[in-house]
Order: sequence, then structure tokens, then C-alpha cells
Amino acid sequence: MQKRDLISITDFSKAEYLQIMEMAKGFEKNPNQNLLKGKVVATLFFEPSTRTRLSFETAINRLGGKIIGFTDSSSSSVTKGETLHDTIRMVSNYADLIVMRHPLEGSARYASQISKVPIINAGDGANQHPTQTLLDMYSIIKTQGRLDNINIFMVGDLKYGRTVHSLLMALSVFENPIFNFIAPPELAMPDEYKRFLTSKGIRYFEHREFTGIISEADIIYMTRVQKERFTDPIEYEKVRNVYILRNKMLQQTKPTLKILHPLPRVNEINEDVDSNPKAYYFTQAENGVYTRQAIISHIMGLI
Amino acid sequence: MDKALQVSAIKEGTVIDHLPAERLFDVINILGLYNSTDMITFGTNLDSKRLGKKGIIKVANRHFEGKEIDKIALIAPHANLNIIKNYEVVEKRLVEIPEEIISIVKCFNPKCITNNENVETRFQVICKSPIELKCFFCEKITHEKEVVIT
Repeated sequence: MQKRDLISITDFSKAEYLQIMEMAKGFEKNPNQNLLKGKVVATLFFEPSTRTRLSFETAINRLGGKIIGFTDSSSSSVTKGETLHDTIRMVSNYADLIVMRHPLEGSARYASQISKVPIINAGDGANQHPTQTLLDMYSIIKTQGRLDNINIFMVGDLKYGRTVHSLLMALSVFENPIFNFIAPPELAMPDEYKRFLTSKGIRYFEHREFTGIISEADIIYMTRVQKERFTDPIEYEKVRNVYILRNKMLQQTKPTLKILHPLPRVNEINEDVDSNPKAYYFTQAENGVYTRQAIISHIMGLI
Repeated sequence: MDKALQVSAIKEGTVIDHLPAERLFDVINILGLYNSTDMITFGTNLDSKRLGKKGIIKVANRHFEGKEIDKIALIAPHANLNIIKNYEVVEKRLVEIPEEIISIVKCFNPKCITNNENVETRFQVICKSPIELKCFFCEKITHEKEVVIT
């Protein structure tokens, strides 16, 4: 059987997305399943990401697998100057699956060419983080009952935010999505993604700020506007408070609206939103465990 | 009179014609012609109906193929190669940008693994004019102005 990897969200087909969603639902009902019994999973975190690592390690533990690995490169042979090539060659002799996070873009694709065992990309720099996208999709299907006909508002840093790019690509394979982008011009959705949507005949609208139009939203996907993305600090000061979601702004929105955020948040979702039933970001993080159980099981051919 | 005849004819070799005038020295550079011991003549800012001003290189005793032609195509997509045998043009070949480019272009993204570890670069050509190359590894697009040939 050919080795399967998950490096980029577009590595999976629409049928596979739906299969993962179905499996995640099963794991949510019954999380403790011994499908990985006797298997060793390496979690190689060349840069720290506590949230993602804990989510993966919980998923592996709930599947009954054993974990080896490191939590940042200072505790590995990388500090001695070992190449990624050699680390992957070595670890793929020990483990049945490698979950890796690395600061360099393209590192996971490169690792998948070297490794004998499957690779799951848990984030390669600003490039891809496909398990985040699948958990976002699971959160959408779980709350909306569908992935077709979703009107999604993406807010904040749409230029550098890998999560919004991947989610855009994933939702574009479903029927009739509508994208609304709310961002300052400096952090607008890149042209390549807008061209992609146009080529597929998918509607999108761009806005400078929140308007009454969010009353049509099924999903509001918030991201952080990071100060370090701005060359001019004055520009940052101008926009930093424009992209904050407050509870009073949600009054006219759909009762089924859900607010997602890949977390961690800083100030872009006011804390007064947290108690609103439309706030979904903490449950979204929990969904990550079930989705990652599903992804691992799919990649390993366990179900 | 053919512009190619403004410089002396060669018996065997290749005439690379229709180079953008401003990229002439880039072509000399990427083909490593400065190391050649054979006769090379070149001209630039010659009148051209198609390009306005063009450059031309005549290289004696040398024929180009494969990756070398891909390199020329990337910086001079309208160039053509005239293969000369016994003072005659025996073949005219237009350069063409391939669908996939392996190892000859540097990814523009400094955070790409290919710029940090010994990895052969690989790009899918998503647009030929203007050139847009999508990195197989980091998935970022290197645009025509950013193309650096290695």
C-alpha cells in the first residue's frame, strides 16, 4: 500500500474530508479506542506549540498509542547541527507515524519524501497547518449541519494567516460558498486566492470593517492582527481596534451563527463575547482532538 | 540584411537570438560562457521588430540542451536558438518554459526549506507569461522579477 501523508489541505479529496468528518463524529461519541495499540508515534516539535502538541498527544493517547519525540529543538540533536534529513531518516526507523512541526516552510513536504512512515504536518512555518483546517471544518459541519452553502466571514490578518488560506481552499470544493473578507488593506487576502475563487466562479466580497452585513454570516472566523506584520507602527495603531468583535455587534446576527478562532486570541474577540452561545472557539479546540484521532486513523488505515 | 550577420559568422555552434537587450549579460552568466575557451561574439541593443532592442550571442562549437535551454527560457522566453553546422543554420529552435522546473531556480522565500537545507528545488509553472513558479515545498509563488537562476 502506498504511504499516505497529510502535508497540505489539498492532499485530501472532498470524499476524504467527509470521511474524516464522519470518523471525528464517531470519536466524539466514543473517544477511547485502542486502534493504535502497539504503535509508536513520534511527535517532533522543532518549535514549541503547546496547544497543538497537547491536542495531538491526547488524540494518540486516546487511541492507545505510545509517544516518543521532543517538544522543541533545543532538546534534540538539531542543536548539534543535525539536518532535518538525518533526523527524519533516523526517527522513521523507530516510529510508525511522525507528527511534525517545524519553523521552515516546506519542511514537512521534504520530510515526507525522506520518511518511510507517514508524516502529518502540524504546521510548517507560515505555510500549512492542515489538521487545524480539518478541525475548523468539523466545527462548521457540527454546528451548521453542512459544509455546502456556507457564508463565512474571515476577519483580521488575511494576508499571512495560513488558517484562513487553507480553510478557503477546503471550503471551495463544497457547493456554493460565499466568502466575505474583512481586513485592513495591508493585510488583505492575497490576489492569488481571489483569482482562484474567481476561476471557480465562487463569490467573495471585501470589506474594510465590520458592517451590518454580518447579519448574513453562518460563520465568523476571527484571526489575530499581529503588530509585527506592520512596517509602520502608526498603521497598526490605526487598525488595531477596528477588527475587534464585541458582543453588542452580534445582536442582528443569525441564531445559528458561530464564531471561530484558531486561538490563541489577544484582544480581537472581546471577553464579553465568551458567554454568548454563538462563541464557539473553546469547543472548536476540543473538536481538534476528535479530528486528529480521525486523521491519524485515516492515514494509518486503521478504520 | 539579417541582423545576425552584423557580427562574424561561425562555422559550428549556436546563435542565441532574440534575447531582451537588458538580459544579455544574465544569459552569458547563467550559461557560464565567461569560462569558455571557444570563440564567443555578442551584441546588444540591436534593432528588433519584435523586441525593440535585442541581444544576440554566438557561441562556437557549443550546442545547448535540456536544463541549459530551460534556463534561457526563464530569462528570455522569446529567444530562439539557431544551430549552425558548416556556416549553415540547420535547425531553429524556440525556447519553451517547461511545465516543471527542477533545481535551476532558487525559491524566493528565505524561510523555504530549500534555502536552508541541501534540497533540490522543484517548481510547478503555473503561468508562463509573466512567469509564476509555485514551489513544490513551501507552496509560495516566485514571480518573474524574483527569478534567480542557480
